[in-house]
Amino acid sequence: MTLTESLPILVIIIPLISAIIIPLIGRIDKSIAFAFVISANFLSFIISISLLNTVMETGRISYWLGGWEPPWGIEYVVDYLSGFVLVIVSFIAFIISVYAKKSVEMEVEGEKILPFYSIYMLLVTGFMGMIITGDIFNLYVFIEISALAGYALIAIGKKRAALIASYNYLVLGTIGATFILLGIGYLYMATGTLNMADLRERLPMLYDSKVVLTAFAFITVGLSLKLALFPFHIWLPNVYNHAPSVVSALMAATSAKVIAYVLVRIMFSVFTMKFDLEVVPVTKILLFLSVIAIIAGSVLAIAQTNIKRMLAYSSIGQIGYIVLGIAISNQLSMTGSLIHLLNHALMKGTLFLVVGAVVYKTGMEDISSLKGMGKKMPFTMAAFTIGALSMIGVPLTVGFVSKWYLALGALKAGMWFLVFIILVSSLLNAVYFWRVIEGIYFHQKPKVRSQKSTTKDSIESLKPEIQNQDDAPVGMLIPTLILAGLCIVFGIAAFIPVSVVTPIVNMLLEV
Amino acid sequence: MIELILGKYNYWVYITLMMIGFYAMIEKENLIKKIIGMNIFQTAVFLFYISIAKVKGGTAPILWEKEGIPYDNPIPHVLILTAIVVSVSTTAVALALIIRIFKEYGTIEEDKILIMSEVSGKQDSTENSKFLSSTSLLQKGE
Repeated sequence: MTLTESLPILVIIIPLISAIIIPLIGRIDKSIAFAFVISANFLSFIISISLLNTVMETGRISYWLGGWEPPWGIEYVVDYLSGFVLVIVSFIAFIISVYAKKSVEMEVEGEKILPFYSIYMLLVTGFMGMIITGDIFNLYVFIEISALAGYALIAIGKKRAALIASYNYLVLGTIGATFILLGIGYLYMATGTLNMADLRERLPMLYDSKVVLTAFAFITVGLSLKLALFPFHIWLPNVYNHAPSVVSALMAATSAKVIAYVLVRIMFSVFTMKFDLEVVPVTKILLFLSVIAIIAGSVLAIAQTNIKRMLAYSSIGQIGYIVLGIAISNQLSMTGSLIHLLNHALMKGTLFLVVGAVVYKTGMEDISSLKGMGKKMPFTMAAFTIGALSMIGVPLTVGFVSKWYLALGALKAGMWFLVFIILVSSLLNAVYFWRVIEGIYFHQKPKVRSQKSTTKDSIESLKPEIQNQDDAPVGMLIPTLILAGLCIVFGIAAFIPVSVVTPIVNMLLEV
Repeated sequence: MIELILGKYNYWVYITLMMIGFYAMIEKENLIKKIIGMNIFQTAVFLFYISIAKVKGGTAPILWEKEGIPYDNPIPHVLILTAIVVSVSTTAVALALIIRIFKEYGTIEEDKILIMSEVSGKQDSTENSKFLSSTSLLQKGE
């Protein structure tokens, strides 16, 4: 077997092996370990790109694990959809690993830095595995690998509230995962197979079966819990708020995207359009929930004073957008939804990286602490502004593109009120982001500090007021600016992601 | 009706166990009890998998010299072996978290922790030093 044929497994093997090697290298020299993390992530990013490229040229790639022929063996599948999501996730993981060094040194205790990177790579392994696997039980295993790594990463920081956040996430996440496991059991009971492609062939004749309906219900509810779709969102704000900034950024930018991808896989690849529309009114339920998520997320975000928490609630709204497109399920809305996977990863990544830089410089994460930062950290704040404008959906940014497609999809489906919902939510977004942007550029830093520093060792904040330029270190600034730049690039050159997404939508909806 | 209850009793056991575990996970205030509930919840699903593997009159899925002996489906057994490993790791992570929570807060009752984090939220959401001293006092008191 040549190297090119082994690329699908290498995407998983590289982060997995490096998770084991990092602590060993770290014993020799920590900086080598850090370089190793970056290069491992870069390598898997390059492999993802080459996989997507191969798929574009030759079509679906199937890798048989251990040489066992599917449906008996485990199959790894790269098609347009998984290739696309692989590139997004590996790119974000790479960018954030470049950014991580200083932020992690500040927010994580010294002896935990090496384990931090090790678990970081495990989290990436879990995400990559969830995307690439073509076996539904293997999917469960990877969901749990990423979830366990996630719990540990959230709790690794210095904040003690993170422990409770992580614990609650663990309990809810386990309920979700066990539901998925149960659903998989029901599917196996009905069909006797675990391979997704095989399930797709066998399931249509069993659509009347109550066993299949139960399986679908359990899997969808379990995934919604993991996705933090509206009524299941309670764990998310605390997690994003209290986790170390790097972890918040990684999870906000990729975790929900990967789960949304799995939901799309289950709904359109394992089951078919016909099942989603005719047998179970699942799209109607999801539509209802996503509309509530969009509005509630935005309204709750307005009420927040902590910037990470505000972004977390905004994430709940954005997850609503992704699910909304899936729920309308016509060609345009699906395009909007899938592009939003990329777009939201870029914008939320930018915003959380900026917040990480602010926490690094000032040790504070209140919205008021951003006042007057426009002069102090001009480049970082420029990135924040671009991210915020994208979230609002200003034309020429990525946020506009996905909202445009979602609105077009809603119109095509004859659901006028959804356009209204998208508009209202954009206005609400404008309210809570403008409040921050106004503070950044048009307010002076308050002379008397009302807030105390939020971390023990933030000596910065105790120094007398300085209005001189004091931007984030280059290592943090460049990744942030790259993501912010991509928000603009893909906003103007929207045809690039659209050209990738169109064949995916055609494949999913069988047009 | 009796056939439905007695003939499929293993499924009823799994549903009952699952609901007991689910109840404990949601309702209990004590963090350890929640984890016990979580274990019952997961074990119920294991029982379900083992149940669907059973073939009537089937024996262990090993090679017999004689042909034609029915045997149980080994795949769910193998799957559940993996799920057990996952469950053990989840429990381990949860218990490790609880130990750290106890070190930081001095209690593992959820309502007490909530009150403590609200108080600390008002003063300062993240500064540990003050509350470390207060928790050490609490630990001495107990």
